[in-house]
Amino acid sequence: MEKIFNQLSDSLFSELNSGENLILSFSGENSQFIRFNNATVRQTGLVDDADLGLKFIANNRTVRGGFTVSGNLDTDVVRGKAEITRMRTEAQEIPEDPFVVLPENSGSSHEVKSANGLPFENAVDSILPAMAGVDFVGIFANGRMFRGNANNLGQKHWFETESYSLDYSLVTPEHQMVKGSFAGSDWNQQDYEAYVKRSREKLTLMARKPIKVDTGNYRTWFESAAVADFLGMFSWNGISEASLRQGCSGFGRMRHDDVRLSPKFSVVEDFTPGFCPKFNSNGEVSSDQLVLIDNGELKNTLVSSRSAKEYGVESNFAEGGEYLRSPKMNSGSLNHEDVVTSIDKGLYLSNIHYLNWSDNAGGRITGLTRYACFWVENGEIVAPIETMRFDDSFYNFFGENLVDVEDKVSVNPEVETYGGRSLGATTCPGILVDDFALTL
Amino acid sequence: MKLDLDLKQLMSAVDVPAQWVGLREVYEAHTPRMIRDGVPVANGRAATHGIMVEVLADGQFGYYGTPNMTPEGIANAAKKAFQQAKIASCHATYEFDETARPSHQGNYQSPYTKNRESLSAGALNETLLEAYNHLKVSDKIVSASSLCQVIETSFRFVSTNGSDINQDFLMLEFDLSATAADGTNQQTRTFGGMRGTCRQMGMEYFDKYEILANANRIGEQAIELLDAEDCPTGEMDVVIAPDQMMLQIHESIGHALEVDRILGDERNYAGWSFVKLEDFGKLQYGSKLMNITFDPTLESEFASYAYDDGGLKATKEYLIKDGLLVRGLGGQESQIRSGLDGVANFRSSGWNRAPIDRMANINLEPGDSTFDELIGQVENGVYMESNKSWSIDDYRNKFQFGCEYGRLIENGKLTKVLKNSNYRGISTPFWNSLKGVGNSDTFGIYGTPNCGKGEPNQVIRVGHASPACLFENIQVFGGV
Repeated sequence: MEKIFNQLSDSLFSELNSGENLILSFSGENSQFIRFNNATVRQTGLVDDADLGLKFIANNRTVRGGFTVSGNLDTDVVRGKAEITRMRTEAQEIPEDPFVVLPENSGSSHEVKSANGLPFENAVDSILPAMAGVDFVGIFANGRMFRGNANNLGQKHWFETESYSLDYSLVTPEHQMVKGSFAGSDWNQQDYEAYVKRSREKLTLMARKPIKVDTGNYRTWFESAAVADFLGMFSWNGISEASLRQGCSGFGRMRHDDVRLSPKFSVVEDFTPGFCPKFNSNGEVSSDQLVLIDNGELKNTLVSSRSAKEYGVESNFAEGGEYLRSPKMNSGSLNHEDVVTSIDKGLYLSNIHYLNWSDNAGGRITGLTRYACFWVENGEIVAPIETMRFDDSFYNFFGENLVDVEDKVSVNPEVETYGGRSLGATTCPGILVDDFALTL
Repeated sequence: MKLDLDLKQLMSAVDVPAQWVGLREVYEAHTPRMIRDGVPVANGRAATHGIMVEVLADGQFGYYGTPNMTPEGIANAAKKAFQQAKIASCHATYEFDETARPSHQGNYQSPYTKNRESLSAGALNETLLEAYNHLKVSDKIVSASSLCQVIETSFRFVSTNGSDINQDFLMLEFDLSATAADGTNQQTRTFGGMRGTCRQMGMEYFDKYEILANANRIGEQAIELLDAEDCPTGEMDVVIAPDQMMLQIHESIGHALEVDRILGDERNYAGWSFVKLEDFGKLQYGSKLMNITFDPTLESEFASYAYDDGGLKATKEYLIKDGLLVRGLGGQESQIRSGLDGVANFRSSGWNRAPIDRMANINLEPGDSTFDELIGQVENGVYMESNKSWSIDDYRNKFQFGCEYGRLIENGKLTKVLKNSNYRGISTPFWNSLKGVGNSDTFGIYGTPNCGKGEPNQVIRVGHASPACLFENIQVFGGV
């Protein structure tokens, strides 16, 4: 893939006229997808895909293009040249953009990670035996992923990695479920089987008859996976500088009214683990770490170079959409073994589902409990709960109602596959909060 | 784009001992244009093009999505798809035969009178810029945008059992948005909520005077919302406009009736369903006023088509008749697995994904009440327009929606404007509280480009049309 990208880049840059700039962004994969239901194979297949994004800049106008890379250089060069011709024409028709971001050459990078993954032909027989006798449903995604970026000033980045993820649920006959996500680069059969064994043990807890919880406010523990979902909301009308400026961010109270969250709450954008490339689709490279919220205080927002120009602030080379790519929330002091006793009476939520802003300006988020969620009383797990809706503000649960934070963080890998397999992960601890609002 | 590959010739390159082979070629180009805060922020065009090779071997389908559309590429893809199917076949969820892919031949062309090229990039930017200027009715509008996206899709499907289908689509997404803010009091008003204006149509849509009038209204309503009272809290009647009914239908009916969900395929991602296989023909889903159809034939609706991605011919069918659940959203595979009657809804997001059960156009048929008659029945309630927040549980029971624009209803009349209008409920009790259905004068056709489902994930276009509706005794509430 890298060779195709390099050859294609060279051909297309040679088409440019004086005063024209071109940024190329490449995203590809050679992937296997196996979908399971009832511990059988529902759908199985392979996908080869690669897209080239083109950003053409001339005369203070930006026009974008894009096409599927077939892998045949002649075909792809024809497609690329046609795109340049179209973009050149269009750049003469559209209005001027005062906030055009021109490419720079700030240095190149090259990162290729190889792994001893699971061969495509072995996947079914490696996965299914450990699931024997249990209602197992989920998706196995496996293979190589590619990201590239180059511009006509000579800057070039390449990122290539091999990984797998088995994202699954185990289900009891009474429809209670436990979530699992076994992901990595090197496949280790023993580790896999041990992971599944732990999931199956959790499932035994779900055999107790679920109880219905009344609406109201409860002391609540959120496992790391649930906290990761809350943090994910910051990427959508949240910590983006553009969202704040355009009046559609839940962070307005922190920006305008100097409201602070709990001193126990700190979040950084942290690229040091290498879950995803540090370069964005403009080819700009972020610093290893960017402090966003420090002990409850909003220190930085995500600022793209376009926002920087538009609003007169400094860019921190966020992606154009100003979303989190590799967030990490700092750990606290609560040991996981002490969680249930610390709840005493309330809720233990392993996962949450279908979040949305219900009052963006107020920071209020609604969603639902899902998977292994329990009622706790007298410091002991009593039984799973029936699905409940919550509706509460992060100014509460990351603010004054944040009681304690787990003393270790967990990595929650990004497993979405819309368009293609995603990169990145959210690293965070679990949290204990007071007065969390259940509404339905 | 006219597809010029000879798929039948490519099929002759396939050399695997399969029960059935299908080739599905998809080309799709998106052309977005957007003006935000007076400057262009999106002008471009991106296309995706490839072939999904599907193979049936020993009762198991295997697939390979490839952009290499040469005979060698397709032959290689078929071999690897065949290998995947063979390996999985002894663990198959269901042992299919070729009846899972019925043979059909035909064509579909979505309706339009002006193609994409009929309106230049420059002319379109000019219209969008004028629309922006009409949105910006006050300095309190801190951000405004106007956007459109043209989508051109060509689909061709051939199979070893004789299917030969061509379908071409020209579609448009259009939106206007104005955000008014005063400190942390911030309110956004759009044109139908969350890209609700999505249709199969061409550039004839761009009636400048209508667009500018709407832009002006949206800007003024955003300002109105800024100073509006918060939506009251309590149990009361609600009248819901078609651009919110769209999402109510989508979340609490459409997804719940997808047969692959009911069969458990989606339990690890989108979720299961409160509906069970034995509920069809028995479950009183809603009041007698409720008539829901799967209608791929409604002209210009976003997800109209003649055949689904498995080659099944698409026809209009009632899913819920007089409130009774009668049919599920199951394509041919789900119909075989479940034994239920279904519809032609086996759809994929493109050439690189395998089809699954999806919504297409799911509509609420008009009733006989005028809008004034719906409002006139309400002593104390709220009228809500345009979705801005949505959430529902994995069984499709407990939902919550927020709307951009509300009006108080007092003694049968619309009165004050309300901001932060929200309501919540549980699907079947909610639909059984349906007390009034608007007539065809209140009917609106909407859609969304962003319906997510499936593993691997797929985002797909759906259409929803509905009249305004009245529901009684609903939990309503406001902001923080």
